[in-house]
Amino acid sequence: MKSLGQFGSFGGMYVSELLVPVLSDVETAYLDVKNDPAFQKELDRLLSEFAGRPTPLTHAKNLSKAFGCTVLLKREDLLHGGAHKTNNVLGQGLLALRMGRKELIAETGAGQHGTAVAMIGALFGLPVKIFMGSKDIKRQASNVERMHLFGAEVIPVESGSKSLKDAINEALRYWVSHSKETYYVFGTVAGPHPFPTMVADFQRVIGDEARMQCLERFKKLPTVVTACVGGGSNAIGIFKAFLEDKHVKLVGVEPAGEGLETKKHGAALCKGTVGCLHGAISYCLQDNDGQILEAHSLSAGLDYPGVGPEHSFLKDSGRVQYEAVTDQHAVQAFELLSKTEGIIPALESSHAIAQAKKIATSLSKEDILLINISGRGDKDMDQVREYLSSKENLSSSKGAGCLPAVPRLTPKHS
Amino acid sequence: MNNPYADLRANLKRPLFVPFVVIGDPNPKESLAIIKTLIASGADALELGFPFSDPTADGPVIQAADVRALGARTTIDDCFEVLKKVRQDSSIPIGLLVYFNIILQRGIKKFYEDCKACGVTSVLIADLPTEHMHEVSDVAKRNGILQVCIVSELTSEERLKTVLMHADGYLYLVSSPSVTGVKDSVLQESIAALITRVRRNTDPPLFVGFGIHTASDVTSVVKAGADGVIVGSRIVKDIPDLKLIEVACKELRSAISFPSSV
Ligand SMILES: Cc1ncc(COP(=O)(O)O)c(C=O)c1O
Repeated sequence: MKSLGQFGSFGGMYVSELLVPVLSDVETAYLDVKNDPAFQKELDRLLSEFAGRPTPLTHAKNLSKAFGCTVLLKREDLLHGGAHKTNNVLGQGLLALRMGRKELIAETGAGQHGTAVAMIGALFGLPVKIFMGSKDIKRQASNVERMHLFGAEVIPVESGSKSLKDAINEALRYWVSHSKETYYVFGTVAGPHPFPTMVADFQRVIGDEARMQCLERFKKLPTVVTACVGGGSNAIGIFKAFLEDKHVKLVGVEPAGEGLETKKHGAALCKGTVGCLHGAISYCLQDNDGQILEAHSLSAGLDYPGVGPEHSFLKDSGRVQYEAVTDQHAVQAFELLSKTEGIIPALESSHAIAQAKKIATSLSKEDILLINISGRGDKDMDQVREYLSSKENLSSSKGAGCLPAVPRLTPKHS
Repeated sequence: MNNPYADLRANLKRPLFVPFVVIGDPNPKESLAIIKTLIASGADALELGFPFSDPTADGPVIQAADVRALGARTTIDDCFEVLKKVRQDSSIPIGLLVYFNIILQRGIKKFYEDCKACGVTSVLIADLPTEHMHEVSDVAKRNGILQVCIVSELTSEERLKTVLMHADGYLYLVSSPSVTGVKDSVLQESIAALITRVRRNTDPPLFVGFGIHTASDVTSVVKAGADGVIVGSRIVKDIPDLKLIEVACKELRSAISFPSSV
């Protein structure tokens, strides 16, 4: 290995000795293409022709009025595939082709990353196996259908908590025994080296574009940039470009689920402790013995008990501030952006919007608030409808007033 | 440091039979009875796992063992308690298989001190490659705990040299790179080739594991020149039936003494 991918005391490559040669091959291949103009040219071509980059930076005028500052939305929801995940899978997919691998595997929780990998498997003519917790397969039926449509095989994972972390475990197990022909497309900036570094490199296009677009249009940088944090790839993607701009405040938003005071949240940075999960040292949710706990979030894409190691480093160094937003506030933000701007954000991204609303209270008219809309929310309609109706039942059975009124969502289809 | 595995191998003049179970499976109390049964049924040394929520190096059978142990609320304190009780009436060498986060959360220093207090012989950290091994080596040495490392046929010559600088307990050879419990992995020629290659460079004993299920698997491994045979999933799948475990141990163990009979 050329490096261990450490960010201060975080990161590393804590995997079985048997996986080291496998990761080492990926690192070598990646360092090779990183500075290869031909590779970059092909990636740029796909990002523009296939995926639709650059994505727009939208000046959200109605929301700006409501928030009392200039609100800009980086529109990863408009990327082909409906989320920022496409940036990463195109990069890693091309790398897999370079390495001569014959098969792609990936983990998925919500099905977003799985769908993205299935999509580029079809594009590149590579067979795809997606490992997905059996619990998630039930929760995310429409994404499973999309993966099937792209020709991917979805492998139910029955072990452990039957969700994302177990899907990662199973993909790692499969990879160690099929490493010669298989490439593992990791979905976020977590996992062992070289994934955190490589995925961040493939996602940094978000921030590079946004920074340039903002400067072009407004002749200045944003006051605050905010993004949601699951594993942390869309957040790292937009933060990277601003890390050196010390006066730009960066805010990562974790899922507080049913509340940080409950056990049902996924806020690894805000409430977790430092541990070793999926090959890296980082903050995670665990008990005193080091057993990893299940995360909870209404938004399946944020439902992960760990977080990318670079975020842990950015938290401890103080460069990025991390906050958490509840399911309830995320759903309110989901409706807010839909109603004020005609944009349905992913429930994941809705966490960033909810936090932006809080941040805006301390900003003035001249301030620019940049929110990363990591994905589109059409996939979340059922989930939101179900959430709202269950809350309604709850409040009517417990008596009115125990929950602040949430405006009702009127489904367009049912 | 003296090496109980090497001493035992030399004294017995035959390869060692090393069964593996997860401590706390299906609960701490029964687990102690199971471990005692292993010893009574011919184990020469023990390989014992600490339960972990995310055992990425293990196949389905041992994953299920972890789930049962944690389902019974087995804590790491419980695991050390079981070890203490095993030590009370046996001097058999004991190797642990642990995931790194368990060690980190207990504190590296405390973990190895507890190991020493319970008479643990060696520790294999399933997710700690040589790149990170310096994080524990000094503490392990100070407490007299040997380190066990894993290699496979995919381990390069160069890497093998690095691994051997760290391995002072035994070297854990896996026939094919995979997870525990895979079937059809025991190919005598490939293990023999691996053993020959490793033997050129090293003195610690060579134990073979992953996917050893039958007496004929054991025979293959012994004929290939292994110093020890580690059997996990085959035993774990019979938990908690003490009688079945005893029968399985005796059968596999006898394949070591009489390899030609198979
Ligand atoms: C739209 C969207 N945003 C955010 C995430 C969270 O991932 P990350 O934190 O890696 O950006 C996901 C994950 O599935 C997602 O689909």
